[in-house]
Amino acid sequence: MRTQDLVATAISNTFRSKLRTTLTVLAIFVGAFTLTLTNAVGAGVSQYVDAQVGALGSPDVFIVAQASQAASADDGPVEYDPNGSAMVSSNQGPPGTTTQALTDADLETIGDTAGIESVDPVRSVQPDYIENSGSTQFEFSINATSAVTTADLTAGAQLDGGSTEPQLVLPDTFVSPLGFASAEDAVGASVTIGITDILGEKHTVDATVVGVSLESLLAAGAGANDALIAELADAQSGGIDTAVTSYGVAIAHFDDTLSAEQITALKADLATDGYTASTIEDQLGAVQTVITGIVGVLNAFAVIALIAAAFGIINTLLMSVQERTREIGLMKAMGMSGGKVYTLFSLEAIVIGFLGSAIGAGVAIGLGSILSNVLADGLLSGLPGLNILLFEPTSVAFVILLVMLIAFLSGTLPAQRAAKQNPIESLRYE
Amino acid sequence: MSADLVIDARDLEKSYGSGSSRFDALKGVSLQIAAGETVAIVGKSGSGKSTLMHLLALLDEPDEGTVQVAGKEAKALSRREINELRNKEFGFVFQQFFLTPNVSVLDNVILPLKIAGIRNKQRRVRGMEVLNQLELADKADKKATTLSGGQKQRVVIGRALVNNPRVIFADEPTGNLDTATGAVVEDILFALNREQGITLVIVTHDEDLAARCDRQIYIRDGLIVPGGAIHSTDHTTDHVGSHTGAHNPTHAAAHTGAHSGTHNPSHAGAPTGAHAIIPASTTSVGDAS
Ligand SMILES: Nc1ncnc2c1ncn2[C@@H]1O[C@H](COP(=O)(O)OP(=O)(O)O)[C@@H](O)[C@H]1O
Ligand SMILES: [Mg+2]
Repeated sequence: MRTQDLVATAISNTFRSKLRTTLTVLAIFVGAFTLTLTNAVGAGVSQYVDAQVGALGSPDVFIVAQASQAASADDGPVEYDPNGSAMVSSNQGPPGTTTQALTDADLETIGDTAGIESVDPVRSVQPDYIENSGSTQFEFSINATSAVTTADLTAGAQLDGGSTEPQLVLPDTFVSPLGFASAEDAVGASVTIGITDILGEKHTVDATVVGVSLESLLAAGAGANDALIAELADAQSGGIDTAVTSYGVAIAHFDDTLSAEQITALKADLATDGYTASTIEDQLGAVQTVITGIVGVLNAFAVIALIAAAFGIINTLLMSVQERTREIGLMKAMGMSGGKVYTLFSLEAIVIGFLGSAIGAGVAIGLGSILSNVLADGLLSGLPGLNILLFEPTSVAFVILLVMLIAFLSGTLPAQRAAKQNPIESLRYE
Repeated sequence: MSADLVIDARDLEKSYGSGSSRFDALKGVSLQIAAGETVAIVGKSGSGKSTLMHLLALLDEPDEGTVQVAGKEAKALSRREINELRNKEFGFVFQQFFLTPNVSVLDNVILPLKIAGIRNKQRRVRGMEVLNQLELADKADKKATTLSGGQKQRVVIGRALVNNPRVIFADEPTGNLDTATGAVVEDILFALNREQGITLVIVTHDEDLAARCDRQIYIRDGLIVPGGAIHSTDHTTDHVGSHTGAHNPTHAAAHTGAHSGTHNPSHAGAPTGAHAIIPASTTSVGDAS
């Protein structure tokens, strides 16, 4: 039998017992549908995170902090050191966790480490509000690391770190409340930021909006360049120069030609000096690991559904072989080889697998796209740019091929049985 | 052995099962069939007719003995060659139709061509040719299930015929049909033999059908018995004669395995002379009873 005849015969045989085929296809459908969706969620979220990483990130930047000295219960009290014992709240660990602050001396040590090109302390400023010449005042925050990040702009330009003029990148959610007609309209405008100093006195600082960005999951708040941050920090300190300047974290630029191994080595160097250095990717890696884990679990459920469906295929084909004993016997009597019979039944399994997976993936894409749009406008509207279900052609193709492979493997037993069938036994009648 | 023998079977033995449940279905049967002959294999149910036919058609292998098809020793052929031989040289008609339901009449008829790997267009042309010949052309696109019994059996004959076989094996071809349609089917088969020279090997317990064949092979308990002796207990008569098959292909000889010592396995290696030859006859049913 020619290959195309085998395929055509397998396809037409599949539709012979319509109800049975439909039920088996349904079982596969469920698995393929789920697997396509879970893959799409994984892809959608990863893509979003990647975009966020892009938004966050200069790849040549470490966020450096003192290695956390989470005092274990047996260690007892740590002796006070007036020069270096300031504690600042840490963003690592549970809320309330503190870490030893970085001092100017620390910054020098970090800056002197081979491979580090420059180091800047991250000064966190807590502005009270933002206002646009007489508009309502809105609560407002500034992302302390925005100086080193790349914003996901909808209008305008990125911050200019070298500029002495205070610059701001405004989250797009502020555009219309502040009375701007559009994002473009906001670019170039001057806004006023209110801040309270440590003595309780209120100050205002003016800044120019240079860009408007999409709200980001991982870098909340507006972006401010070094000049603006410095000005806000000065206002916040109320003119009091504290004896020991201390910072929670610092941003260290390293040579961007370093390879991944060299970066790891550099991190180790900093670790021996008592600092933890992490790239922005490292920090997001944790997020991604969690997402990958969740998607993995969902995928496992889909695969379990597919394994159940595989038994359905075995069952269907065994019944089919049983029913078609005579036909198989006849074909073998007429000179069809066992190998061809095997191929025929394997192909039937593959056709069933293809039907189930193609329909499953197709419906998943159809429903998923609708759902994705609905969610983007509703539940997930707070995460602009997040396309929760991303159907990548390669992963859809992979799902279909995987299901076809599972189907083929399921077809092995029935196909073998058919291939081994003795034609005379099958054609015997009394 | 003569080249115009299509089938030359010698000393065939076949048993089913083993141990206490062992059943010797054939106990030493030799049979020659010449090209263009019509041979009836006659016997009661369970006598071993189908078993013999299966061995002759290379659907099964004998425990002992040899089968030559068109001068080729079956044992020496590979499985593939045997498949190809059955596909190209043999056609099959069974008591039951074994038509594929929900598939058109034409597709049923061209199944052997499909198995042979012939292109779709060619096989459809050939299939229509056969359907025309069997006056079923108008039914070509109908599902096989919609046909009457007689029509179905004609489709089955069409399927057996479509590959231009040398031999058509028919196992109880009319067993499932009423007398009138059975007669039509018989007519078709014999016409094929007359007009296309196709050799017919017909297994039947219908004496009338058997009588229409050139030659009848009577089988009883796994052995060939002389024509008239099917119901007699005495089948030990040793018919010794000259081998005529080579000279007269249409009236070829049958070497029967009806040797004197029926259950004596020693015949396996016995020379040709040990085989009784029944001259081709037109023994009537009356003679057989
Ligand atoms: N596969 C088998 N297993 C066991 N016994 C069998 C098998 N095939 C045939 N037989 C037995 O062999 C004998 C001859 O069978 P068969 O050739 O089909 O007879 P017939 O066609 O003359 O009715 C019967 O008694 C039958 O029961
Ligand atoms: Mg029989």
